[in-house]
Amino acid sequence: MEIDDTTRDEVRAIIARYPETRSALLPLLHLVQSVEGSVTPDGIEFVAEQLELTPAEVASVATFYTMYKRHRTGRHHIGVCTNSLCALLGGDVVWKSLSDELGIGHDETTADGEFSIERIECQAACTHAPSVTIDWEYFDDATPASVSEVIAKLRAGEPVQSTRGPVIRDFRATEHTLAVTDDGLAGEGPSADHRMLAGLTAAKERGMALQDTAAPASSEGEN
Amino acid sequence: MATPLTPILTAHWDDPDSFTIDGYSRHGGYDALPKALAMEPDAVIGLVKDTGLRGRGGAGFPTGLKWSFVPQNDGKPHYLVVNADESEPGACKDMPLLMANPHALVEGIIITCYAIRARHAFIYVRGEVPHAIRRVAAAVREAYQAGHIGTNIHGSGFDLDVVVHSGAGAYICGEETALLDSLEGRRGQPRLKPPFPAVAGLYASPTVVNNVETISNIPYIIRNGVDWFRQFGTEKSPGFKLFSVSGHVRSPGVYEAPLGITMRELIDYAGGMREGSELKFWVPGGSSVPMLTAEHLDLPMTYEAMAEAGTMLGTATPMVFDQTVSVVKTVTRWLEFYKHESCGKCTPCREGTSWMTGLLETFEAGHGQESDLQIIDDICHQIAGRSFCALGDAAATPFPGAMKYFRDEFVAGTHTSADDAFNPVASTVLAGASTR
Repeated sequence: MEIDDTTRDEVRAIIARYPETRSALLPLLHLVQSVEGSVTPDGIEFVAEQLELTPAEVASVATFYTMYKRHRTGRHHIGVCTNSLCALLGGDVVWKSLSDELGIGHDETTADGEFSIERIECQAACTHAPSVTIDWEYFDDATPASVSEVIAKLRAGEPVQSTRGPVIRDFRATEHTLAVTDDGLAGEGPSADHRMLAGLTAAKERGMALQDTAAPASSEGEN
Repeated sequence: MATPLTPILTAHWDDPDSFTIDGYSRHGGYDALPKALAMEPDAVIGLVKDTGLRGRGGAGFPTGLKWSFVPQNDGKPHYLVVNADESEPGACKDMPLLMANPHALVEGIIITCYAIRARHAFIYVRGEVPHAIRRVAAAVREAYQAGHIGTNIHGSGFDLDVVVHSGAGAYICGEETALLDSLEGRRGQPRLKPPFPAVAGLYASPTVVNNVETISNIPYIIRNGVDWFRQFGTEKSPGFKLFSVSGHVRSPGVYEAPLGITMRELIDYAGGMREGSELKFWVPGGSSVPMLTAEHLDLPMTYEAMAEAGTMLGTATPMVFDQTVSVVKTVTRWLEFYKHESCGKCTPCREGTSWMTGLLETFEAGHGQESDLQIIDDICHQIAGRSFCALGDAAATPFPGAMKYFRDEFVAGTHTSADDAFNPVASTVLAGASTR
């Protein structure tokens, strides 16, 4: 595994965040996954050295969490929520269509290394069901057609915008974000989309009063 | 008269910059901080106790009481850990809150740490939601730059560091002691309690673990006071709540309302049931609480009323299902989830979730044996109360809850598959849009 100076600086910065170094283990696993596309034996060895743990200790943690992949992940990772609510609202249909189109199943990668697909659990986007993620960015209210269109665009190198986030980069870039947390993209996407705003919109339509007394900039509905 | 909606945490989410420090400060954001810093820490704890605020992560434990369990003058470092591992099936209110209003959490963290005398706070966010992570990380950075976090905050002598930490995909890490193990760089498995985190939590030091929404309430409480907070909700369930309403309603989304609003009112605000749709069952607070039916629509959504009805308020994130939905399939899929997420530490949960799932799948496929329904029920009783943590109890919840109202449907699973009994396309969003 090639670790460049930038990554070494990031390792030091991540370790410095914590009062006890072992707490850096999960972020460092995200970091090595961002370098290699999966958590390899080399990556485990590297993290173990940084934290003065044994490779076995690191491996026992890496294998516990589903986001750490032990085999090569495609350039893009696509997750389809097939927990009950999303499955019923269309997740099962989306999954089948995606799996058929790419000719691969759960936790598999296309031969050209472009896509890995996964049946994922609840993504905290039930109000946007069926929930799909592309490199873990939200791709809400998915349909077989919308996912198929995204596959074509990503193949053609055209930009694909997350419904509530930035333009899709790739799996490894997201893993890097998870390691360092602040990536300069926080301003991308809306503050909130129409579903997150559903309650506020309903309240405003009905002229319901704003309740927070210290909200001078919009106090038309004084309580 | 209908219970009105009360946008408070959500009041300015339609501002294009609601997630920035400017957007937050424009509406009184960070006004609570100097007010709190001018109080004695114990007075802040006392005030939060007086509001009766209960934890918004599902268990509903009184927040101020939890804070008061932290021993003072013990010479040990104290920690605040914010549980942002929202993964409960049905729950989607913390991630929207982090994305649209992360500074409410940050200001709440600063005030809470001042009260419990913590110098270090961690926000443990599930790894699968990068945009929530970057929004809250950016908010923390902005708060440092503004001097709200760091050393000698606004001349008060109070120092604080806040760290955003990404998880890596494990529902169990929403359990507070598993979360602490995970934050220490270990497999996320629950710890035996006692000792409770308030005494021996992160790095064996006194630690408060609170949900995102709970801590986000704090600035509003400090700013507006106890009486203001208590005007919302009931005596035992005071305050307001983010309800994420999902499923077969016309306008699924986040609705902020006082505790005590009814499900009928929430469905009405959500535009009613989708066209041609009739309510079959609903789940008030995530898959880990028993389901209810149309006869329960007028019950107040409070901790006490939901308990009386034999369920729980949980995360107050109701899922709504109509007549197109197979109860057998719904429950089976939830059990597959619990089986997948069981950490394996204790036998009842590890083995029980596996056995239940295997049996339920035979009913979903239409070749169950009726006598196995009793066996599944027995397994539930072997898991509930005998597991290491609440995940086991949760796994033992959906099946008995469903049997109470829909036993016939499980019996039909002895000869008819769920997909034959309920056309799987009919329950989808596309079907709702095109065929009705």
